[in-house]
Amino acid sequence: MSDIIQKVKNLSIGFRSKKGEEILILRNISTNIKKGETVGIVGESGSGKSTLALAMMGYVKQGLYTIDGECLFESSNLLKKNNRELEKIRGRKIAMIPQNAGQSLTPNLKIGYQIDEALRLHTNLKNIDRDKRISELLKKVRLPSPETIALRYPHELSGGQQQRVAVAMALAGNPELLLLDEPTTGLDVTTQAHVLELLNFIAKDTGTSMVYVSHDLGAIAQVSDRIIVMYSGEIVLEGPSRSILKKPIHPYTYGLLKSIPKLSLAGLPDSMPGSQPQPGSILKGCSFFSRCNIGEDKCKNNSPELEYISDLKTSVRCFNYKSLKNKDDISSSISRNEAIINEKEILNLTNVSISYAKQKLIDQIFNKTVDTNPTVKDINININKGETIALVGESGSGKSTILKSIAGLLKTKDGKIRFEKDRDLSSNLKQRKPNDLRAIQLIFQNPDESLNPNHNVEEILSQPLKLYFGLSGKELNKNIIELLEKVRLGEFYMSRYPRQLSGGEKQRVAVARAFAAKPDIILCDEVTSALDVSVQAAVLNLLQKLKDDFGTTYIFVSHDLAVVRAISDRVAVLYQGRLCEIGPSKNVYQFPSHPYTEVLLGAVLEPDPDIKPKLVAEDIVEEKPPEQGCSFQGRCSRILGEKCKKETPPWQITKSGNAIKCHINVNDLEKLQS
Amino acid sequence: MDIDKISEEEQKNSLSKVLEVLKTMASKPSGFIGLFILVFHVVLASVSPFLAPYDYKAIDPTLMLQAPSSEYWFGTDSLGRDVFTRTIMGGRTALTITFFGSLIALLWGGLLGIFCGLVGGKIDDVVMRIVDAFLSIPWILAMLLIVSLLGTSTEVLIPALGFFYGKGIVRVARAATHDVIAKDFIVSARARGHSNMSIIWNEIIPNVRDAILVEGAMRWSWMLLGFSSLSFLGFGVSPPTPDWGLMISNARGLMSFAYWAVIAPVVGLSSLIIGINLTADAFAKALGIDRSTKAPV
Repeated sequence: MSDIIQKVKNLSIGFRSKKGEEILILRNISTNIKKGETVGIVGESGSGKSTLALAMMGYVKQGLYTIDGECLFESSNLLKKNNRELEKIRGRKIAMIPQNAGQSLTPNLKIGYQIDEALRLHTNLKNIDRDKRISELLKKVRLPSPETIALRYPHELSGGQQQRVAVAMALAGNPELLLLDEPTTGLDVTTQAHVLELLNFIAKDTGTSMVYVSHDLGAIAQVSDRIIVMYSGEIVLEGPSRSILKKPIHPYTYGLLKSIPKLSLAGLPDSMPGSQPQPGSILKGCSFFSRCNIGEDKCKNNSPELEYISDLKTSVRCFNYKSLKNKDDISSSISRNEAIINEKEILNLTNVSISYAKQKLIDQIFNKTVDTNPTVKDINININKGETIALVGESGSGKSTILKSIAGLLKTKDGKIRFEKDRDLSSNLKQRKPNDLRAIQLIFQNPDESLNPNHNVEEILSQPLKLYFGLSGKELNKNIIELLEKVRLGEFYMSRYPRQLSGGEKQRVAVARAFAAKPDIILCDEVTSALDVSVQAAVLNLLQKLKDDFGTTYIFVSHDLAVVRAISDRVAVLYQGRLCEIGPSKNVYQFPSHPYTEVLLGAVLEPDPDIKPKLVAEDIVEEKPPEQGCSFQGRCSRILGEKCKKETPPWQITKSGNAIKCHINVNDLEKLQS
Repeated sequence: MDIDKISEEEQKNSLSKVLEVLKTMASKPSGFIGLFILVFHVVLASVSPFLAPYDYKAIDPTLMLQAPSSEYWFGTDSLGRDVFTRTIMGGRTALTITFFGSLIALLWGGLLGIFCGLVGGKIDDVVMRIVDAFLSIPWILAMLLIVSLLGTSTEVLIPALGFFYGKGIVRVARAATHDVIAKDFIVSARARGHSNMSIIWNEIIPNVRDAILVEGAMRWSWMLLGFSSLSFLGFGVSPPTPDWGLMISNARGLMSFAYWAVIAPVVGLSSLIIGINLTADAFAKALGIDRSTKAPV
């Protein structure tokens, strides 16, 4: 067939362990990439998806080697070619867009020069034509004023713009196949939606085939025609994206889809038990057996083959797929107890502003405030006991800054933080009373960094217990075991070091450490964004369970609106360190809403090909909040004019009860947004 | 993750960790040779007084500059003393002084570096500029000054050497601390309200310990070279104590006809330094540390 541009045949890639065993990272992969098609490869970390994508351009990472099989491009095996031959193909015929464009662009060369370099290498254009082509490419990836962008250095661009430049560079050689390795991971939600829309446009416009590797089914759903689901180095499901997302007939995909929090649903997503097996640990039987809930005895000893189901045009690696074929409740969720919120105020932020600017010595002496435009300004929130409040916004919205101030890690410039009405929390950590310190605990984004690698779980958990309660000996031991049971880890975890735990287990230990202090408030800083989807659901469920048991108050920071929807009772939307909207979470997700909330909601990616993101505003990145007027004036598509630029907008209460800080009348806003 | 696999993998106390590191070090030829030489020298230094065939300070004018023979294995020196006796005993002072000197260097350099890295700001700036100023003074000149003012006793040499070789460790410890300090587990400890001392002890030291120890091991061989240079110049140990640096210095004028009196201490000194270097290298590799300081030889 001539319309197949890349053929992967029985590919196995692996490495040799210290004991001399051959350990497979990819196991017997066969697939075809057709001309003009976009294929999404999805899987959790460690599933071998990146290794497969790299093999498609003839690259095998150091330490790994090809055990069997081939990658055929234009009927020659890429894995057998030497570097000289590969140079002619890479960039010209197969191009790659890396995950982190900021790191893949050379920092000391101008954008234009770097694209020019790609053009010189991969095309035969003359000087003048190349200049023209650079602006063409930059225009194609929709960068504003291409001529000036070409003269900038990479650090002068935002993350989204850098990613666009990477796309432009990849397109320089007019490749037939474009490999994208997690190209939107790490970008803000609105930027991500814009980049995906751009990729869709380019796929249509140039007819380039794309292989899109991601862990994010939401992103994959937006771009792919066909989806390959990988698990433990194998293809477990392959087929047209619509049937995979609507009728996931492999139990792994089924569980994965159920574990993704969705905007349309309140309540927590279902979680999948366990985690992906280590490479080489499954010797016989189905690799998903240990986590599967429709497994049978034969799955334990026999490995299922990839079977083609003609009516769904899907290949599946499962004996029991038929039992999933008629199920169609992928959009169910565990209902969450609406928190019993006592109207008892536990934390109150009054006119809090936080500034990163340093005061000069002279200003310090005269007690003069210089920074009239601080990073975070005029935050007024009161938090009731037992509720979960979420702070939402893109990077730079000041959500983590506020969290740090509540924890005492950052000094506030103005305003007061009061705890339980009568206790003023000093903005200086050293001056806080031990009991106030105990009452507020933090959980961090990345458990790899928040757990000391040289402490075992016992030492990690004993620290708060010793510090706050002075426990020791048997009493300490008993408490640690209790804590581990609370987060559903066994006693035998005590002697383990963080490196011996999986991502989800590490985050459970971090949760246990926070709960060890018997806190009243727990600050969660993007606690699930470093975790795989199935693990994320489990951690969210655990947090909810612990909250129900202990009545803890959560302040939850996240950029993911779907996660926030799942766990929070109330949402505060922030832009540039200023509050835009605040209200019960079910109301914030309904219109009318603040124009910025509208942008955020529109950009959420759902794992459903029928729900497309709505791009309301440009994805401009503003470095500083405006001096006066509405904080969102720079990007607002519904801006009224001078009023928005000069006057601070008033708070308005909508019918459903959420507060919006906007000049536009709520009734008008409702009409505009419906 | 598989439960059985982990319980089999490791459940260790600190002693078995040390053994594990030693085993990794000895698994490579260079590490094995290094460890072997170092252990050989340490053992030799501790038992040499009982092994020595002659009195190290017995002068006999009739036996001046005898060539090696079955009676005097390494020959005799210009005062008729047995070179073999003096060679096997010549590492004792150097090893002891530099070992304790390195310990002092490790202690003050490491702690000051960690402290500066943790507190940062003005204190850090001031301390580091002072350290920089000291780094710019040629150490041998400063040592000569100290020794000529305070004498060449052990009580002076150990702290003086420890001080001068600790400056480099301050920088390494500070840099290692900076790497750790930005991590969330430190932020977490701060937010819990732990004191600075507790953060240093529980959170920082376990993470920078390896880097500092490796640096200390490297400094040890540098210090050994430095100490021997002092002896060579006549400011280290005083005669008649046997010492390689002093022996080389005494016999170098007669090198053209009594080469044995120079070669024996040279072999002793250089083999010890090579041994320490190889060991320190293997130590760094076993702990997985990329070392930037280079070995002196």
